[in-house]
Amino acid sequence: MVTVLFFVAGALAIVSTALAVTRPNAVHALLYLIVAILSLSVLFYLLGAPFAAALEVIVYAGAIVVLLLFVVMMLNLSHQSVAEERTLLKPSIWIGPGILAAVLLGALIALLSNGAPAGGDSIEGPAAVGTALFRPYLVGVEIASFLLISGVVGAYHLGRRLKEPRP
Amino acid sequence: MIVVVALVVLLGVLAIGAWLIILERRLLALWQDRYGPNRAGPFGLAQIVADMVKIFFKEDWVPPFADKVPFILAPGVIIATVLLSFAVVPFSPLFTVSRLNVGLLFFLGVSSLGVYSVILGGWASNSKYSLLGGIRGIVQMLSYEVFMGLSVVGVVMLAGSFDLSDIVRAQRGLWFFIPQILGFVIFFIGGIAVTHRIPFDLPEAENELVAGFHTEYSGMKFGMFYVGEYVGVVLISAMTVALFFGGWLGPFLPPLVWFLLKTFLFMCVFILVRAALPRPRYDQLLAFGWKLLLPLSLANIVLTAAIYLAAKG
Repeated sequence: MVTVLFFVAGALAIVSTALAVTRPNAVHALLYLIVAILSLSVLFYLLGAPFAAALEVIVYAGAIVVLLLFVVMMLNLSHQSVAEERTLLKPSIWIGPGILAAVLLGALIALLSNGAPAGGDSIEGPAAVGTALFRPYLVGVEIASFLLISGVVGAYHLGRRLKEPRP
Repeated sequence: MIVVVALVVLLGVLAIGAWLIILERRLLALWQDRYGPNRAGPFGLAQIVADMVKIFFKEDWVPPFADKVPFILAPGVIIATVLLSFAVVPFSPLFTVSRLNVGLLFFLGVSSLGVYSVILGGWASNSKYSLLGGIRGIVQMLSYEVFMGLSVVGVVMLAGSFDLSDIVRAQRGLWFFIPQILGFVIFFIGGIAVTHRIPFDLPEAENELVAGFHTEYSGMKFGMFYVGEYVGVVLISAMTVALFFGGWLGPFLPPLVWFLLKTFLFMCVFILVRAALPRPRYDQLLAFGWKLLLPLSLANIVLTAAIYLAAKG
């Protein structure tokens, strides 16, 4: 049962990601991206990481893709941009990404044939993730928070009100 | 067994959400010195049945300028996400669809997907009022979900679990709304904003935007947005009860009755807030959130953690 679910969710993730890359309409592409993220979350859950699965939904599907959609809506893309996008998706454009993806696929197959470590034996609850983040990986967490702080400072700088001279 | 429980929860919640519409109309009428709908059935209770029958016979029109698939998908998204969230609500020790060890996060994640119905409805309608409503909906729901998520961190700290049944059990001695009064207030305000009810109904502000993101909807598609909003009210009320008001705990009566009674009380509070407060301006709404609620919820987390650690020794 779990194995079947795993392969269904995996196939869904792959197909919807491919569709997200190839759709000419930006909003449709983002909708496929949401499906891909949700199926990734199912994969995390099946591999015994419910906390990561929940965060995947909250952070990626619930916040980041929403912001991407927000930007697309603000740009108000029309049918013209769909036509432009169509001309961009010529066969010759796929050569570069195709090579990169083939290299990655080769590495993945090599890893899997050597018996890569598979998860799913134990379920890592939220408490285990918390201790891992704040004991062995504390430095990484702190460095990531530096990045976030720089983002906040940048947003504050862009959004600040310039003092206008009073008329 | 689990299938039966799930079916009862789904149908029961939909029925409660539908009758909440009548409850709201009657209560609003009471507070405004008029009768409200009292003709159909006892106390006007059959009014909603009549409305349902009527709305099913209305023309279900998809505008030719709309983007068809997202347009039809949007009303389904809100119903699906809200009903899915009920999977983790602990109605009573025996009557819970799923005891997930990340239940609270599941609720936050799935209910945050509800924003897509507003976005898709607003964008796919391809009309300027809908788009404006959709944009307002995104910003409002995204912002207030942040405070909602932060406000329950204190509860998780005190209970030591994300499992909602464990959270209810941890409130045996003291309901969490006393030590977490700040968290409770922020959660409830966030809940009103996320379900975009008056006073925070800016995505559908009818005197500026016609009907906001669902301007172009008719028939049962509109009905699904409508019922979805009310089922969302039931969901937020039920979560408030489970997180802050001891869930099914209470003397004499059976646990399920206590849970439903408390949830009913908070549904009435939702309606009272609607009757009492006017709608703020859009920038006031966002400034209130980011300049007041965010610092308050962060302070709540720090204070709770400090007191918890000090008490632990």
